Amino acid sequence: MSAVRVDSWRGVAGEDMEAVSSNLAGVFRARVRRLLGQLVRPYRRPILGAAALILLKTAATLAIPYLVGLAIDQGVRPGRTGDLNRLLALVVVLGCVMSVAAVANRAFLRLSGRIGQDILLDLRLRLFDHLQALSLSFYERYTSGRIIARLTSDIDALQELLATGLSSVVTAVLSVVAIALILLRLDLRLGLATLVAFPLIVVLTQWFRGQSALSYRAVRTAIALVIVHYTESLAGIRAVQAFRRESRNQEIFVDVVGRYRDANVWSNTLGATFGPGIYLLGRLTTAAVLVYGALLVVQGNLTLGILTAFILYLRQFFEPMQDLSQFYTVFQSASAALEKVSGVLDEEPQVPEPARPLAIERAAGAVELEAVTFGYRDTPVLKDVSLSIPAGQVLALVGETGAGKSTLARLVARFYDPVQGRILLDGTDLRELSSRELRRSVVMVTQESFLFSGTVGENIAFGRPDATRDEVEAAARAVGAATFISSLPQGYDTDVRRRGVRLSSGQRQLVAFARAFLADPRVLILDEATSSLDLPTERLVQRALRSLLRRRTALIIAHRLSTVEIADRVLVIDHGRIVEDGTPAALVSGRGRYHALHAAWLESLA
Amino acid sequence: MGFSVVRRYLPYLRPYWRLVAISGGSGLASLVAATLIPLVIKAVIDGPVTHRRPGELWPFLALLLGLAAAEFGLTFARRHTSGLASFAMEADMRNEFYAHLQGLQVSFHDNWQSGQLLSRCVADINTIRRYIGFGLVFMIVMVCTFLVVLAMLVRLDPLLALVTGIAAVPVVWLGHRFHREYRSIARRVQDQQGDVTTVIEESATGVRIIKAFGRGSDMLRRFEKEARALRELNLESVRVRAGLWTLLVYIPNLNLAAILLLGGYGVIQGQLTIGGLVAFISYLFMLNGPMDALGWILSMGEEARTASDRLEEVLRTQSDIVSRPGALRLEESSGRIRFEGVGFRYPGSEEWILRHVDLDLVPGETLAIVGRTGSGKTTLASLVPRLYDVSEGRITLDGHDLRELTLSSLRAQIGMAFEDPILFSASVRENLLMGRPEAGEEQIRRALAIAQAGFVDDLPWGLETRVGEQGYSLSGGQRQRLALARAVLGSPRVLVLDDPLSSVDVHTEALIEKALASVLRGVTALLVVHRPSTLALADRVALIEDGRVSALGTHHQLLEEVPLYRALLAQQAEEVAS
Ligand SMILES: Nc1ncnc2c1ncn2[C@@H]1O[C@H](COP(=O)(O)OP(=O)(O)OP(=O)(O)O)[C@@H](O)[C@H]1O
Ligand SMILES: Nc1ncnc2c1ncn2[C@@H]1O[C@H](COP(=O)(O)OP(=O)(O)OP(=O)(O)O)[C@@H](O)[C@H]1O
Ligand SMILES: [Mg+2]
Ligand SMILES: [Mg+2]
Repeated sequence: MSAVRVDSWRGVAGEDMEAVSSNLAGVFRARVRRLLGQLVRPYRRPILGAAALILLKTAATLAIPYLVGLAIDQGVRPGRTGDLNRLLALVVVLGCVMSVAAVANRAFLRLSGRIGQDILLDLRLRLFDHLQALSLSFYERYTSGRIIARLTSDIDALQELLATGLSSVVTAVLSVVAIALILLRLDLRLGLATLVAFPLIVVLTQWFRGQSALSYRAVRTAIALVIVHYTESLAGIRAVQAFRRESRNQEIFVDVVGRYRDANVWSNTLGATFGPGIYLLGRLTTAAVLVYGALLVVQGNLTLGILTAFILYLRQFFEPMQDLSQFYTVFQSASAALEKVSGVLDEEPQVPEPARPLAIERAAGAVELEAVTFGYRDTPVLKDVSLSIPAGQVLALVGETGAGKSTLARLVARFYDPVQGRILLDGTDLRELSSRELRRSVVMVTQESFLFSGTVGENIAFGRPDATRDEVEAAARAVGAATFISSLPQGYDTDVRRRGVRLSSGQRQLVAFARAFLADPRVLILDEATSSLDLPTERLVQRALRSLLRRRTALIIAHRLSTVEIADRVLVIDHGRIVEDGTPAALVSGRGRYHALHAAWLESLA
Repeated sequence: MGFSVVRRYLPYLRPYWRLVAISGGSGLASLVAATLIPLVIKAVIDGPVTHRRPGELWPFLALLLGLAAAEFGLTFARRHTSGLASFAMEADMRNEFYAHLQGLQVSFHDNWQSGQLLSRCVADINTIRRYIGFGLVFMIVMVCTFLVVLAMLVRLDPLLALVTGIAAVPVVWLGHRFHREYRSIARRVQDQQGDVTTVIEESATGVRIIKAFGRGSDMLRRFEKEARALRELNLESVRVRAGLWTLLVYIPNLNLAAILLLGGYGVIQGQLTIGGLVAFISYLFMLNGPMDALGWILSMGEEARTASDRLEEVLRTQSDIVSRPGALRLEESSGRIRFEGVGFRYPGSEEWILRHVDLDLVPGETLAIVGRTGSGKTTLASLVPRLYDVSEGRITLDGHDLRELTLSSLRAQIGMAFEDPILFSASVRENLLMGRPEAGEEQIRRALAIAQAGFVDDLPWGLETRVGEQGYSLSGGQRQRLALARAVLGSPRVLVLDDPLSSVDVHTEALIEKALASVLRGVTALLVVHRPSTLALADRVALIEDGRVSALGTHHQLLEEVPLYRALLAQQAEEVAS
């Protein structure tokens, strides 16, 4: 039973839970450990090297006071000029040791820095790569703000661990072990008495681990909320200002920032209990040893000198424990970040790549839908739609807004997989095509013409990155975008800026169009690709389309029926079903919906 | 060395001075407790243990436990309060930064990479908080240690102290050189972080396009380029830091060797006692810890400083579009809008988008704006709510220059629908109520009816359904209708509708137009349109051409008189009909 429960928490599920069952916490912890292991594994050798360097440095640093003591004992005796040579020799040795420490330290800092940066890079790339494989429905659920949080601030949290982790752990563990040995050798009884502290330390650490996991999880969740609200509200700054939404936005922001602050304060308070708590245990142990030792001394079972030495070393024993607790705190913070990251990495793509993709020779472009049912939520948007589009046909989809036209188009472009039924390209189920193959054959111009920051040329070339400049310009000319581009101050090299704000919306659509044209797919899907164009420009585009769509399969969605005129066939969609199907001419002369739609459209032009 | 950061951000700590004082006080007190503990231990050993009187042990033990408990409590208090103060300060800084960004004009946001702003708001403020919260404390402790040790050294042996002083020269020089070198690296690392964030942001928001073209691997390559550049820069900063940190330990070490040699010589010559030399050297050892920390703090200080520069660059930018001092609050506008010789250039661009535009909208009039793609219709529309300010001429509302009105009272008069419906991942209701939180259920219903947005009731939770990021869980036409409903909600005096029906089907369009006709009767409206049908709503039409209003009149007048107008609007019908 627990296996089922555990499995339902795959991926990012449970991410926003405040408290998780201990069962689940174990699953998360194992996941983090696995990820950490995978990240570190390729660098086992360099890490060993770095550990060796830090050992060398620590040893050399420890040798310095010893050598100084030696020099003072043996090389500096008042009035003994003969000592001078020995002093000189010892100072030279000392200088060498110091140089070794310095060289080792520098090498260690560089090497460990490189390892840390390499691990971060690996993780960044791995996460980014994985995100590319995840389907649109994941993005819609998870929101871009959270994705940004995972890829930026969560990875920064790991950076902190990598920057200081290795050196503090190695030095601290080394000192703890060394001093523990000294303690046991000094006096076994007192040494064993010291061990009494360990169960307490374990208990304290367990408590801290449980609590801090919760608090750092809250920190990561809160910073993601901050980023989510920040990115979305500022992306829509025009609407925010025009509708005077600033104060409400500020309220929300203050609230999420407050949550982030509180989570941080919580974590900090836990750390402020844990670190000094370890120290307090050290003090208590010291007191216990002191009393026990005192009794032993009184009974004559222990010399005073050993007790004194023991107490002095005991202090040095708990000093590095303090460092370890500090390290553990940073580790917990990084774990919480890794927990979130590993959750995303654990997400299975809902539109997965086939295990053994079928190859199609240059697709002909026949598309077929077999009894396709699909819904975003529980209610179906497309209901049992069957449709066969022969290669080379230009098909127009019309229907009321919200009827499911874009949804159908997105299914053909495999943004989502149908819930029931299947979609075939040249007889092959889309689910069996590699995404490379599919994207080369099917390209969609989406309803919202998103441009990336960068030049106009780069944005068009997005359709086919290896295109030459001439091809880019040819594509722009073909769709009628060349005129406006050449009137831009730097022509094709004009930076369109964030999301293309430098261009008017019609200009953005033209660029998006050119981008799709350059991609040269067998199946082209146009979802309201000309809705923001003025009529003459739209007409130009249509004229271009006529030649463009020769020998191509096309799915055109448009509310302006002028675009539909170039289609071989029209489908009318209503509430997720195909209600009419025929040539434009046949449907116009019929008595159905398309007839009514067309009449209304003609009237609207008058 | 980062002190400027302190000076700049100290005011943020001021509201929390009590916490800071408690933190400092308990820090000192815990130090005292920590120093007392060894003394008590010494007393135990020298007293009860040496004299073999175990009975006297217990009061000492009680004292020891008391001190340990006090030390724990005080350390906890120090860390807890300093956490409270520094995280509160961080939150304040972030809130202020966000408020500032929200207040900056649209053209600022057009020109800045969003990732650069985000990395400032998150990572840079974090860096500053870390420095002020931890670095500063260390810095103070360190400076104190230095001074104390220095005083002891001078008292012990002025000559050897002088040698040590000379050794400090390269350290200071090093610090200075590091300051110069590291500042530029720290800055470049932070800028690169912003670039990485920008790619991440674009790849997340542009995911539909990336998927539509299957360009995931290209995005990965782009990201990899930036991430690798970040790694290179980080490695460079590691390199510089490693050099500094090592030398900061190495130079004092060499000084130690020199002192040993010179002091040893002095002892041999009888000018110095062994005890004096040992004491001198043990004081030098006391500097090891602080020197180790110094490197760390110096780099942290540089990073905080460049981070604060980056913040300042944004905070220093003042919005040009603000309410002037003494601006007028317009209570209820009549809705008369005049453009008087309006010219407009986008900030930072040479090109005139609009020139010599004169328009006069009488209250209640609906003016349609027609023009080719890219002719400047959207630009003209966005001048009305002052998303941009005119570059020349002026626009008046009820005879007042827009710049003479308070921004919020001006914008309160205007209902606006943008050409791409900007929705937020909140409930439908919240999206509708954005500009008019006071509007009632009745008004919401009316607005939804006008925009034919009855589909809202079919959503799983009706008005409370969340619409997804940027409204993407709605269809294109649904988004646009919501945006329209938002614009007309609460009957604003002025409506600015930018191509509001581009994504709705013909039937729905006709219904909306019918409903809009009754709304438009009472309000002044600017209506950007591409389609003839919508023109029926307009009293007059202005044709924009080459940045000017080249023709102005009723639809039929212009159809007859202006060839371009005919080309823009009519021919198509003829073409289809023929
Ligand atoms: N990402 C989504 N998540 C949830 N529901 C969605 C999503 N996208 C669309 N829908 C819903 O599915 C239905 C069909 O939407 P679709 O976008 O296919 O309509 P459409 O025919 O393209 O309309 P339009 O002409 O307005 O673009 C609508 O009711 C819409 O609310
Ligand atoms: N932020 C900007 N900076 C510089 N130039 C811009 C900016 N935004 C738009 N432009 C330019 O200003 C001109 C007018 O743009 P605007 O968006 O006003 O056109 P429009 O008439 O609304 O066109 P459409 O019908 O395509 O929406 C265009 O040539 C565009 O390239
Ligand atoms: Mg659609
Ligand atoms: Mg426009």
